Amino acid sequence: MSETTLNLADPAARQALMAGVERTPGAAKPDPILKVDTIVRQFGGVTAVNVDHLEVQRGVITALIGPNGAGKTTFFNLITGFDTPSSAGKGAHWAFDGRTLDKTSASSVAKSGMVRTFQLTKSLNRMTVMDNMMLGAQNQTGEKLGLSWLKPTWAKQEKEIAEKAEALLDRFKLLAKKDDYAGGLSGGQRKLLEMARALMTDPKMIMLDEPMAGVNPALTQSLLGHIQALRDDGMTVLFVEHDMHVVRHISDWVVVMAEGRVVAEGPADTVMSDPAVVDAYLGAHHDTDLGDDSLLEDGDPMEKQIEAEVAAEEQAEEGQS
Amino acid sequence: MDTILNILSNSVEEAIAPTTAGLVIAVIGLNIHFGFTGLMNIGQAGFMLLGAYGMAISITQGLGMFLAVVVGLLVAVVFAFILGAPTLKLRGDYLAIVTISAAEIIRYVGRLAALEPWTGGSQGIFGKSYQPAFVKLSFFGDGSFTLLPVNYKSLGLGTAGQTIGLLLLIAVIVALVMLAKAMRTGEGTLAGLAANRTVARVVMTVLGVLTFVLMFFVFPVSYGRTGTNGWWVRAVAWFFVGVSLLITWLLVRSPWGRALKGVREDEEAMRSLGKNVYVIKMQALIIGGMFGAFGGMVYVISQSVQADAMGRQLTFFAYTALLLGGAAAIFGPVLGTTLFFGARILIRGLAAAYIPNSIMGDQQTEQFSYIVVGVGLMLLVIFRPQGILGNKRELRFNV
Repeated sequence: MSETTLNLADPAARQALMAGVERTPGAAKPDPILKVDTIVRQFGGVTAVNVDHLEVQRGVITALIGPNGAGKTTFFNLITGFDTPSSAGKGAHWAFDGRTLDKTSASSVAKSGMVRTFQLTKSLNRMTVMDNMMLGAQNQTGEKLGLSWLKPTWAKQEKEIAEKAEALLDRFKLLAKKDDYAGGLSGGQRKLLEMARALMTDPKMIMLDEPMAGVNPALTQSLLGHIQALRDDGMTVLFVEHDMHVVRHISDWVVVMAEGRVVAEGPADTVMSDPAVVDAYLGAHHDTDLGDDSLLEDGDPMEKQIEAEVAAEEQAEEGQS
Repeated sequence: MDTILNILSNSVEEAIAPTTAGLVIAVIGLNIHFGFTGLMNIGQAGFMLLGAYGMAISITQGLGMFLAVVVGLLVAVVFAFILGAPTLKLRGDYLAIVTISAAEIIRYVGRLAALEPWTGGSQGIFGKSYQPAFVKLSFFGDGSFTLLPVNYKSLGLGTAGQTIGLLLLIAVIVALVMLAKAMRTGEGTLAGLAANRTVARVVMTVLGVLTFVLMFFVFPVSYGRTGTNGWWVRAVAWFFVGVSLLITWLLVRSPWGRALKGVREDEEAMRSLGKNVYVIKMQALIIGGMFGAFGGMVYVISQSVQADAMGRQLTFFAYTALLLGGAAAIFGPVLGTTLFFGARILIRGLAAAYIPNSIMGDQQTEQFSYIVVGVGLMLLVIFRPQGILGNKRELRFNV
């Protein structure tokens, strides 16, 4: 494990690892941590998710992108046990780290090492930041009802957990807030808290549902740094994101969903030019930065087209009169 | 003046009555449900009634006192399990619906004529059929006892002395409240004293004891030592209030208690952290239900088991007392319940004494006292939603 960890902190090694993977939906990975087969979720007549096969490589950052309504969050819910696939019992099968999760509850999924965050942050508002963190720790003796009233049985473990929580809070720059109520934090700080809390569970894989939504650019930078640091520590990251800059910047592999299906897979720089992706999602202007000033100087093709149309109309009018 | 002092004396008697203690224990259970875990149990009276029936029927069928209590508690565990098993996986509303209906079902079943040999039907089970088993355990001896033995009467101080004592008592309570406030907010006239935590705590304890002593100095209470409604019942009842508080404190300060609050805040988040929310909720429901059942046993020990006396109304009293004292505060149930019962007797007494019978008869003053208490609760929820002991900081982030 430690050897692969060292390898994967190196970008070239990651590229080499993923270079051998086919650029087709459902491609096999060298060392998949998560394997998903035949997951279908229907809401009435609408098929929200219909994934035939998907593998997620261990130790790298995989981005899950797709237009609104592509089924990304539903897919997250399904594999983390927060929702049940309509295809349950009809071929739906998924395994995490060699363990079958077909009929596992959300809490057991988290216990097995796959932890998620939510698109709408779920901080426990009327509890302190520290209490939020402490809840993330697994296998707490004091959480067993029979022993909870005997403080000596859990005091030592509690201290260790508190130290771990403080170290994580320090890393996420929240230590000064540790005795504040989580409800008093800003939206971005809550995102950080949620991520830190998820890390308290010592996950093997962390699933982030739109971690950058509603976070200011400066904080985005630091969040990106945190996510990359997690990968370099040997954790697998799967995240949903809309911001293409972010996706291109940090992800080693991109999975594109549209209308519930996986339509393309590949490294960030090449998958964007895949015709299926362009069709489904990105549109003709996907590669232009809308905030780029050079756009204003260069003649915009749309602008030229409109100008030509106007000129033609004017000519026609002149011809009439 | 004599009338007012008499009424106040009645209030004090009501505040320490075994029925009050019984409701305090049930409210402690409700606090675990509602205050800490966020479970909306609107059937706490059902748990109380089941506990009371469980104990009383066991005794009338020949079981011993201790075994009878155990039976009452076991019945509550089973009841909580049956109610929780289908509903705790669903949204909170379903538990509310199921508990209130189940409590009503218990009440109606208790009244069934077919069950008269056991439950006594709508007549209920008379106290004399189960109280002796309890009174027999007393080691308090015979005769009567006055709390405090040294009081204004025994010192021959008369009404003047009693009035001065009352004023002193009020002064002490005001000081206590001010100090408590200063300790929490760090502001006010006593902020300097509150700054030193140790000194403040000692002063606080002294003031608390002084309140207690002065209250019984000014309003001495006299009962038989044993008897069916004497000091023995009261001592046991309040002893178990203390035990219940201790258990709650031990549970709530633990990581398990932290998990309870986590469930109250967000179940999905707790699931995503690998906590089995269903089990935590079930444990809370069962423990709170056991407190409810035990509270019911204490509630009936000085009277009779009567199904209609423990209907929805009692559940709502319990909620009122809980909100008054402050949800999710350990001592909230004690303060809330004693104040609720004391205040009601006070209002009833004042209305009976000072409102002429032509305007409001005895029957009506009883109703009137509930109306005033209800209005008081509304004002409380508007102006001090966290209750007396609740934490305002927590409420700021209420969603």
